[in-house]
Amino acid sequence: MHLICHYIHEPLYMFSPITHTHTQHKHLVSNLFWKRFFPMSICRLARSRTITRFLKTKICPFEIHERLITPNYSFFHACSSYKTLAGNFTRKPHELWDKTANILAFRRFESARAGEQAEAVSYTDDDEDENQSIDFPGGRVTFTPQIKFISESTDKRVPCYRVLDDDGYPFAGSRSEQVDKETALKMYKSMVTLQIMDHIFYEAQRQGRISFYMTSMGEEAINIATAAALSPDDIILPQYREPGILLWRGFTIEEFANQLFGTKNDAGKGRQMPVHYGSKKHNFVTVSSPIATQLPQAAGIAYSLKMDNKEACAVAFTGDGGTSEGDFHAGLNFAAVMEAPVLFICRNNGWAISTPISDQFRSDGVVVKGQAYGIRSIRIDGNDTLAVYSAIRAAREMVIREQKPILVEALTYRVGHHSTSDDSTKYRPLNEIEYWKTARNPLGRYRKWVQRNGWWTDEEETELRGSIRKQVMNAIQVADKTEKPSLKELFTDVYDRLPLNLHEQEKSLRETIKRHEQDFPADVPL
Amino acid sequence: MLKILRQKAAAAPLLRTVVLSSRNYSASAKEMTVREALNSALDEEMSADHRVFLMGEEVGEYQGAYKVTQGLLQKYGPERVVDTPITEAGFTGIGVGAAYYGLRPVVEFMTFNFAMQAIDNIINSAAKTNYMSSGNISVPIVFRGPNGAAAGVGAQHSQCYAAWYGAIPGLKVLTPYSSEDAHGLLKAAIRDPDPVVFLENELLYGESFPVSEEVLDAGFSTPIGKAKIEKEGKDVSIVAFSKMVGFSLKAAEILAKDGIDAEVINLRSIRPLDRSMINASVRKTNRLVTVEEGFPQHGVGAEICALIVEDSFDYLDAPVERIAGADVPMPYAANLERMALPQVEDIVRATKRACYRSIPMSAST
Repeated sequence: MHLICHYIHEPLYMFSPITHTHTQHKHLVSNLFWKRFFPMSICRLARSRTITRFLKTKICPFEIHERLITPNYSFFHACSSYKTLAGNFTRKPHELWDKTANILAFRRFESARAGEQAEAVSYTDDDEDENQSIDFPGGRVTFTPQIKFISESTDKRVPCYRVLDDDGYPFAGSRSEQVDKETALKMYKSMVTLQIMDHIFYEAQRQGRISFYMTSMGEEAINIATAAALSPDDIILPQYREPGILLWRGFTIEEFANQLFGTKNDAGKGRQMPVHYGSKKHNFVTVSSPIATQLPQAAGIAYSLKMDNKEACAVAFTGDGGTSEGDFHAGLNFAAVMEAPVLFICRNNGWAISTPISDQFRSDGVVVKGQAYGIRSIRIDGNDTLAVYSAIRAAREMVIREQKPILVEALTYRVGHHSTSDDSTKYRPLNEIEYWKTARNPLGRYRKWVQRNGWWTDEEETELRGSIRKQVMNAIQVADKTEKPSLKELFTDVYDRLPLNLHEQEKSLRETIKRHEQDFPADVPL
Repeated sequence: MLKILRQKAAAAPLLRTVVLSSRNYSASAKEMTVREALNSALDEEMSADHRVFLMGEEVGEYQGAYKVTQGLLQKYGPERVVDTPITEAGFTGIGVGAAYYGLRPVVEFMTFNFAMQAIDNIINSAAKTNYMSSGNISVPIVFRGPNGAAAGVGAQHSQCYAAWYGAIPGLKVLTPYSSEDAHGLLKAAIRDPDPVVFLENELLYGESFPVSEEVLDAGFSTPIGKAKIEKEGKDVSIVAFSKMVGFSLKAAEILAKDGIDAEVINLRSIRPLDRSMINASVRKTNRLVTVEEGFPQHGVGAEICALIVEDSFDYLDAPVERIAGADVPMPYAANLERMALPQVEDIVRATKRACYRSIPMSAST
């Protein structure tokens, strides 16, 4: 507002000479001023004095300035100039007020000026007087006479925790949990099983035997190592690319097949579309299609666990795309405020169907978002089995001991298509997919480490792969021929007890079937 | 509009004051406002079951945006009465998660208009999960809050959601009218293992109704899915819910002077709808008028009309009259608002039409 006052009193400044295309600018500025801002400024004059006093101690006159003076942003091409401007004028803020008009002039060719780097997140205390602190709701803050913006990005990205290199050799000085032979082998075998299962079920969909499938190819390490690091009491809220956790916890290949084919042996009574597994006895909450709804729900479950004083936590998964949903904000914010023991794991695999992460967010990935909510976070190499195992173990221990949420960002790559309804070669290059499928495959890397320890041989590999293949094919054959769930399962579980209207509908349906038996499908038992 | 008020109550603990508008010393009847009825229902259920907890904006320190949860924070502590940040999607999701685990949350929306920001969690998660998880994950949650028009709050604070939630299988939808309804139905809703949407009405909070001794007993609850005949009659059935029940009773008084004996039915439960009682009433009177505040298309009245046509077509002596709010977003100006909502005169006129006592106003439109 103070700026506007200046404009009223010293309109001459508006027309001071400007270096490039000045006549054009001058014309536009004068137009803008007289047509748009003059009336606005008149009514603001009345309040301007108090606002001026108020503004003097504030740090961003430029924001107001910018909003008032730049209705047509495309015209003023120096979009980021206000920050550098702040850098130039921070030494003596009152100088700012005298040169207000020049600011407008300077803005025009900011792109030509080499901008001074805005400050990184941490503030130095040298140019601040430590006695100068004021309190506001939220606590005391020291104040500073400098205008310092927190940069939107840091020079270096947050580093990623990694234990094994691409050839399966542990890095010198790497710190990780000791994994005994039994766990290491179980992890490897589960990863192989998951990979083969995914391949064969995907093919089954292509052959028309199931309606839909989603693979977890490329993310086997996240699936299995996380499951291995957690305890069976931890409640999992999956997104949809975490069947490995169920596999680890004992869900059999036959149970997977039954869910995909929707047979009568499916614990889910054929209610859900394929890959939407759920299992109460394995503490795996049924997969829900709307993205990120599981995040605030995880905070709720964790809160309940806390009230029950259980030695367990809630673990919620999401992808990079899921972090854009409103529920991500609500879930993380809430978990932090309520101090709920949730472990949020984000599988940043680079793609949300066809949206690459450059179109998803502009922050340094997901790990930096944790701090915004007051949540401790870490970035890990999601394709490194040992790194995932160690990091999740450490995170879980912190979550339960301190009863606070933790955010883990696991970097990885989605090798497969988003689902069987997607053809990712349409939006990403084939060679990129091949590279991640072969050179950066999590299984290959981990296998090298396991074999080097003398725990695995090539013969065992072939044998395992052969037997899993047979098991999966067999499961498909059996499930394909199994009957579907009976008719009564159409009506049950809508409510706790069958309501009257559904009871009537079922009765009327059965009567219709009796009258027209030939129209009723043969593989649905009554 | 009340969302704008963010002042926290003074630090001094507030005593739970039960304000009775008039004290009737007779042994049989006592008066209670709907607000007190809801408050006492919550209090009784929270003390009976330690898994019940409240969540919502301003439910704790502020004693409730409409003072329905007054005194509960002081009595049960912040772990059971949780003040939430402004994120309907967030706290609904958290409530659903807690219900998955086995707690029994009562989630308050400042109005059901704001529940639209959480509607995915209410419908896709709360309503459908028991079915989709084949009975393994039940969601014993209650969503409550004011629904429908208040006075002078404009379009985004005045919509009635009875028809929207009433369409969803998996939900139970309740619309209490009197204090007895509010008290009994809220207790039943909290005890119910299914997700319940409890639609209150802001203008009814301050109204007092007589309650019998039986209602005051802690074990009392009203069965869900049963409508109530507020006034018996033989000429025409007027079916309404929530505030419109009061208007219908006033209309019935006016009609009585014209010799029309109207039967007023208080639905109480939108889902499940008490089909048998509505049918029985129409078979007795042969004429039907439905009254609701919400938008006319696909409304509750439309559903009742359809089911009467399916079940009791031969008993109808006149077409069903459907009274609903105007098909416009609620205007703010008081005169326009009055015209956008059904008034007693509209009910009287429609009932007379159903009884062939008057010519329709817009015969040629």
